[in-house]
Amino acid sequence: MSSWAFFCTVIRRDLFLAWQQRGDLLVGLVFFVLVACLFPLAIGPEAKLLSRIGPGVLWVAAILANLLALPRLFQADWQDGTLEQLLLAPAPAGMMVAGKIVAHWLTTGVPLTLIAPLLGVQYGLSSDLLLMLMATLFIGTPVLSALGSIGAALTLGVRQGDMLLALLVLPLYAPVLIFGSGAVAAVAGGLNGYAELSLLAAIACGSLFLAPWLAAMAIKLAVE
Amino acid sequence: MKPHADGPRWLNIFHFASPYQFYPLAGRLIPLFATLAVLLAMAGLWLGFAIAPADAQQGEGYRIIFLHVPTSWMAMLIYVAMAFWSVMHLILRTRLSAMMAQALAPTGALMAFLSLFTGALWGKPMWGTWWVWDARLTSMLLLFFLYLGFIALTRSIDEPDRADKAGSVLAIVGVFNVPVIYFSVKWWNTLHQGASISMEKGSTMASTMLIAMLLMSLAAWMYAITTTLSRVRNLILQREARTRWVQELLAIPANKA
Repeated sequence: MSSWAFFCTVIRRDLFLAWQQRGDLLVGLVFFVLVACLFPLAIGPEAKLLSRIGPGVLWVAAILANLLALPRLFQADWQDGTLEQLLLAPAPAGMMVAGKIVAHWLTTGVPLTLIAPLLGVQYGLSSDLLLMLMATLFIGTPVLSALGSIGAALTLGVRQGDMLLALLVLPLYAPVLIFGSGAVAAVAGGLNGYAELSLLAAIACGSLFLAPWLAAMAIKLAVE
Repeated sequence: MKPHADGPRWLNIFHFASPYQFYPLAGRLIPLFATLAVLLAMAGLWLGFAIAPADAQQGEGYRIIFLHVPTSWMAMLIYVAMAFWSVMHLILRTRLSAMMAQALAPTGALMAFLSLFTGALWGKPMWGTWWVWDARLTSMLLLFFLYLGFIALTRSIDEPDRADKAGSVLAIVGVFNVPVIYFSVKWWNTLHQGASISMEKGSTMASTMLIAMLLMSLAAWMYAITTTLSRVRNLILQREARTRWVQELLAIPANKA
């Protein structure tokens, strides 16, 4: 089996498993919506303030929702021994991790991107802001899944793994958050925001290239 | 690894990669570096607090720079050193390299904390606020969190072998991220707040100030080396507790007593 076929098989398998437990995916989405709804309750319903903090709040909520979904990447496969079998396949382990990252993004990042405009409307964002928000989430959420895969692999089976995962991964997410919400803020300020978007895309290319390889190394440590 | 029979043993770097060989060497080096640290710190503090003139704009308050700048430098440098030993560990598979990385981390975290703390103390009288979301402050805070993550990860994995390698992977990921974080925060800051408070002092620094700062920086280096070496010795004893040489070493004082 070629590496490419292996990659596609892993994606198809993970998507199938995710579809069978689609309730779990819904929980993540509801969490995203809830966090976004808590902020107006805490800060107050003033429309001007809400439209100013909206992009940042939605980005932070997206990051937290992604963090909540990260253990799903490898945990179940590691517990029932599937991960070991996947490592035995005659294809690079990095391809397996890349497939899992893509499947994870399709089941968390893409739904978040699709539901974000709905919440954006609640925050009073105009249509070009909503478009930019969707674009940044579309490019930024793969980075979250890719960097998160390293953290998830490192904390497999570790004491207090989920707490530790947050500590490891959140500082690494800082640049994505900055450029993601920065692009939307730039559009709000009258610029086009393409500079931030390009930098976000550059981070996406770099992390998608390197992360599978590093995460595969970390998985081998957990399986040994 | 084939031992090199020709040439003196100190030319072979792998000779001291063995914990058994490194333990006594570290023990001999610690007093040397500790003495240097104390002497340099005394000279630096004397120059900085007694000799250096008061700053034209900031008065006496600027003198915290003699603690602030060295700790900031060390916080960044130690992370790079950690990443270096992590790479060494992954390439050469030397256990001692991973122990060095883990011994460096607490000192690095301490330096990052001191840098933030002295920065806040300096910021209050000079800028009128404990904290600004300046690029340097924010990236130092994130660096502090990276240190904490590294320490937490290596401490919570029980198998030493896995802890070593997991820590190495994390340190390498982190060292790629430090510049990205720095530039992204810098850019974010300039984008949102316009001209921020600059900490640049220009070239107007008096030479005694500069010398005092360099002395303090060297003292911080020596301090970091001292604490790291003694922490490595403890790690070696913990890891090798079942080996014969450690048991013999620990048995000697008990017999004498």
